Parts: sequence; structure tokens; C-alpha cells
Amino acid sequence: MTPRRHGITWSAARHLLLLAGAAFILLPFIWMVSTASKPQTEIFTTDIHFIPQNLALWENFATAFGKASLWRFLLNGVVVTVSIFALQVLIALPAAYALAKLRFAGREVLFALVLFCILIPPQATAIPVFLLFHQIGILDSYAALVVPFTISAFGIFLMRQFFKTVPDDLIEAARMDGITEFGIVWRVMLPTAIPALTAFGIFSVVAHWNDYFWPLIVLNSEHLRTPPLGVASFRNEEAGTNYGPLMAAAIVIIAPLVIAFLLAQRRFIEGITLTGIK
Amino acid sequence: MADALTATTILAGRGAAAVTPARDNSRSWPALAMVAPAIVLMGLLLLGPLLGVIALSFTDYQLGSPRFAWIGFANYEEMLADRVFWISLRNTLTYVAIVVPTAVALGLAVALLIESGSSLRAWYRTIYFLPVMATLIAMSIVWEFMLHPQFGLVNGLLHSVGLEGRSWLQDRGTALYALCVIGVWQALGFNMVLFLAGLVSIPRPLYDAAEIDGAHGAWARFRLVTWPMLGPTTVFVVVITGIRSFQVFDTVHVLTKGGPSKSSEVLIHTMYIEGFEFFRSGYGAALTVVFLVFVLLLTLVKSSLANRGVHYA
Repeated sequence: MTPRRHGITWSAARHLLLLAGAAFILLPFIWMVSTASKPQTEIFTTDIHFIPQNLALWENFATAFGKASLWRFLLNGVVVTVSIFALQVLIALPAAYALAKLRFAGREVLFALVLFCILIPPQATAIPVFLLFHQIGILDSYAALVVPFTISAFGIFLMRQFFKTVPDDLIEAARMDGITEFGIVWRVMLPTAIPALTAFGIFSVVAHWNDYFWPLIVLNSEHLRTPPLGVASFRNEEAGTNYGPLMAAAIVIIAPLVIAFLLAQRRFIEGITLTGIK
Repeated sequence: MADALTATTILAGRGAAAVTPARDNSRSWPALAMVAPAIVLMGLLLLGPLLGVIALSFTDYQLGSPRFAWIGFANYEEMLADRVFWISLRNTLTYVAIVVPTAVALGLAVALLIESGSSLRAWYRTIYFLPVMATLIAMSIVWEFMLHPQFGLVNGLLHSVGLEGRSWLQDRGTALYALCVIGVWQALGFNMVLFLAGLVSIPRPLYDAAEIDGAHGAWARFRLVTWPMLGPTTVFVVVITGIRSFQVFDTVHVLTKGGPSKSSEVLIHTMYIEGFEFFRSGYGAALTVVFLVFVLLLTLVKSSLANRGVHYA
């Protein structure tokens, strides 16, 4: 819509409406920080105040880190998301290159299968994959958290579309220089694909950092818990009594992604909206 | 904003496909070696399990039992006779019917409002997108405390204007709706970003042309240009929000466990309980198939609408 002919009234109305919406969106975040800063006595009271009279932020964080292995959960989150992304790239990139630039029997069928696989929701395969992992005995391990996501049909599709746009001359020149086809993937194609790969990486890391369904299914051990599972179990153990530390723990769990998002907003919005294509 | 959806740019591709002349067979085997790991994993982790879940739904398999039998449609018969299944299905449809229109309409409204002025655009975009980033489980726990009957912010605010509070998540009349509010809160920003990208791609001259034709007010411009031009984006956003709403699980599992008395039970949660708490794999698989049918229907709606000329661009 054209901004040019709107007057002051419209501008004020625009901000008023957007601020009202923003208040609704931000309220949980503000309440989370506010509660995490309050001592117990100020939390269990019926009068509403956002600014604590006595600051207990430090105590609440200390209690949260003392009662729940938050560092461990964060570490697990990093190990799992990084492993998933690394393996996705390792498997998707050569396949995407072959689909985009090489000719081989069954290429069209394979590409159709990739497109089909994009449509499969993760909940649909949960029971059979769980039974498979039970059979081979890898439930309740890092492998159980990582392996199902090593294949990203969407990643293959995305990178294949990107590779299609890379000029053939570049590849021919590399072949002249005696680089093998595998070498071309990592030394020629990968460097050109950094923007697409970054967007996919953000998409992948955010999705798996926040994933709750699959870790909930395959994990038992406390020391393997991913961030969402960790904060959920902390809340179950505290049984809704210790809200200050609980909110502090919630802050810790969302902090890495939220901070990264605030630092690189455009890249994040690009990356996350990739799901839109899924 | 122009680059908000580089994805689209990436996917739209830069120009026509550059076909590589890999004529000789010397590159055929590296190609196969390159796709082999992907093929194996796709079969093992996606296509196999997909067929597996359909096959399982016709068995009485339970995790740990030494044998199983083909039982035809018995799981489906049991499901159709089960009161919980129908409650779960109705709740899921209610959730979808509330969250999709609300999150789409609000996402569009926010996108239009942001685009209609030039100040603070980036700020608003960041704020509205925040819930998409923040781990939903952690934020669900925050919502739970906000909705606390005694000490929660929501009831506190209601009291301050003289209204009666409720036990939102513990009341069978409100639990599902409380989950809907959280669902909208989370999905809105994502839809906003997709709409913003759609708005940017509308050619400016169209507005000028509409104005020459006498479309003067903001509403006329919206009705004649913006809305029709956003057609494909809107269909897309509706389907995406629909599929995601059918998948609702996190908030349900953490906040209500489907209760009180099944009032917020939804499909994937029922599937989780049957398949992973009672380990009735066969029955859980049948529930999964029902879920799949709905997701498939949505995908078909999208492609049929796309084929019927919703594309104006």
C-alpha cells in the first residue's frame, strides 16, 4: 500500500495498532524476565507489578543452574544441532550437485522422490523409526537424536535449485584442472553456495534446537536431554512452585537463539521462512 | 524487506536451468556414488517408515510383543468406535478452524500496517517475529504461569478492570481456547513475514493504474490490487498454517496433557499416548494415517487452487 498520502492521523493509528499487537506479543517475554527477577514473596502475590521491589535475578539464576543441569542441556543442544546440520550437508550436497549438474539413469525419478519426501511430516514416520531404533538398540543416545534428521529432502531440493544457477563454465574449468567430481562439490560448489547454505543452516539449527516431539520419544536419560526437554523436566520436578528459577531457566533456554536472531535478523528471517516452502 | 524471502529468490532460480552436458559415462558412476547415501537414507528413514506406518496400521503389533498378526481394518474399526478419537479429531479441527483464520488475518493485518508507513518497520518486524524463534516449550511454561488462576498476569489484569478470572488451563470450557491463543501468538509473526514478502513483490505501477481508474481510498486499493495480487501468498500461508496447526503437540503435552477430561486432546497427542506411552504401535499407526490424510488433503487443496489460476503474477 502506498505510504505517501497518509496523514498524521493515519500514522498515529498505525503505531497505536501495531503497538497494541506488539504488547500482546511481548507480554510473555516481559513477564518471563520480570518473574525471573522477583523473589518468591513478590511472585506469589495478586497485585501486578513488572518491576521487582527487591531484585532476585541473580538468586533465581543461581537456583536454576543449581537445580537443573542447564549447561548440560545447552551443550546437548549444540552437539545435536551441529551434528545434524553437518551430516545433512555431507549427504545433501553431493546428491544436490549430481541432481543439478550430472546426468545419470533415474535422475528424474530420484528428483520426484525428493520432492515427495519433502511433504512427509516428521510425526508420520515416528512410530516405524522408533521401532527400528529399538530393534537395533540405539534408543536413548545421541545417535537416536541425530540419525533421523541426517537426510533432509528439503536440503537436497534447496541446494539442487541453487546449484542449477551456478554456471557450467565454472565446473568445466575445474574439470580441466583435473579436479574430481567429488572435489568439485566441496571446492567449487560449496563456496558458491554459502548464502543458501547459511539460510538452510539457520533453518535446520532452529528447528532442531526447538524440537520437542522426537527427543521426548527416544530419550530417557537425564544427561542427554536437549534444551526443550530439559526445561520441561525442570518444570515437572518443581511442580509449578518455584516460578522464579523456572522463568530464569526458560530465559537460558531461549537465549542462544533469540540473541543470535537479534544480531542477524535478516539472515534468520530468511532461514526460518524457508520452512514456508516445505 | 526486499530480501526477506531470499528463499523465494533462490527457488525461483536465476534464469533457466543450465543443463550440463555430462554426455560421457565417465561421470555416471561418481553421480551414482554421490546420490547413493541420500537414496539409502531416504529409503530407510522416510519412504520405508511411511510405508511402514501404513502397513503397521493393519496389524496388532505392540512394542515388545514377540509376534503380531494382520488384523485388517480392526484398528480403524476400534478407532471409529472410540469416543476419545472423535473428541480428539473434533478438538484438532476446532483448533485448526480457530488458529488458521486468526493467525492468517492478523499476520496480514500486521504486514499491511507495517508496510503502510515507513517508521519503525524493522522494529515491529523483529518484535512480531520473536515468538517464532523462541523455544515453544520454554514459552509454554511462561504462558502457563501467565494463566495461573491465582498469581497469573492474565487474571491479575482482568481483576484490575473488575472482571472475574478463570482457571484457563484447568477448565474444560477454556483449555482448548487457551491453547489456540498460544498457537496464534506463535504463528502470527511467521505469517506476517510471508505476507511482507508478498506485498513487496506487488508491482508499484498497478497501484498507479488503479488510481487512474478511480480507486482512491486505501480500501479500494486493497480490494482491487493488494488482495488479488496476494492470492497465491494467501493460499500458501493458509495451507502452511493449516498443516502446522494439525501438528499441534508441544503446548498440549506440556500444559494440559489433553485434559481436563479430554477437552484439549488432539490427534498427534492421542497418537503419542497410544504409540509411545501404551506402546500400541498398530493403533498409533492408524491414528498417524488419519493425520496424514488431513495433511495430504491440505496439500491437494493448495495445488488445486494454484492450478485454478490463483496466480495473478
